[in-house]
Amino acid sequence: MIVTMMPAVAERWRAPRVVGVEFPFGHAFGMPNDAAMQRSVAEHALQALSEATGPEYRLDVPIEWPIDTKTAYRDWQPLEASPIVAYNKARAAAAAVSAGS
Amino acid sequence: MPVDSYKYIPLNWRKDHEAAPMKRASTIWTPLQTPLPEARLALLTTAGVYLSGTQESFDLEGERRNPTWGDPGYRVIPRGAQQAQMDFAHLHINTRDHHQDFNIALPLDRFAELESEGRIGRLADDHYSVMGFQSDDGAAWKQETLPEITRRMKAAEVDALVLAPA
Repeated sequence: MIVTMMPAVAERWRAPRVVGVEFPFGHAFGMPNDAAMQRSVAEHALQALSEATGPEYRLDVPIEWPIDTKTAYRDWQPLEASPIVAYNKARAAAAAVSAGS
Repeated sequence: MPVDSYKYIPLNWRKDHEAAPMKRASTIWTPLQTPLPEARLALLTTAGVYLSGTQESFDLEGERRNPTWGDPGYRVIPRGAQQAQMDFAHLHINTRDHHQDFNIALPLDRFAELESEGRIGRLADDHYSVMGFQSDDGAAWKQETLPEITRRMKAAEVDALVLAPA
């Protein structure tokens, strides 16, 4: 079973038991040093394992991330753009220059 | 309200995700053969966790040299591993919170509690970490890493895996 921030993507891959969390990336089980939140997600995982009787099972965790979306969106991202993001940006910039010349 | 799967991705990616087709024709379904209070569980994270004193980091320099490639290897993280032993090799997320508390990605402490309360039969001795950025086809994962992890879990008589992408 899978605990994921992108349950719709897991469903598209037809993962058999999906637990969805509306948390920023990197934080499938919640906030650091918040054992109660982590425990709640873990209990939902157990619920999925015990309750699902067939494929296409999905259970969403009804916990709201306690940090505003704009801050959380910024905070999950690496301080430096990942190599693939930098690479794609450079390619797009080169293509724009080429198209303009 | 259902979870919004695209809340934390750039807005211009949402349309592509929402328009994407199904990736498989059908679901592989295996019933849980053992009741949870008797079952053995393992965890797998894609957060690039490794034990800094005894294991090599995932190959981030290789990824920097070749941005379309990601290290397809895996690390075994034993139950009982401590925060001070862990490091995180992942160029696609900010690992600041992981350095405070690894349980946000690999909740060994929470599942150990569930074991001690009898909610699960046993937390496995070994758990697994990979680094989640892979080339488009993920061929090395499919052909080498995942079969090896599966073999290890079967040998350890694991009944269920809790997979947690980062």
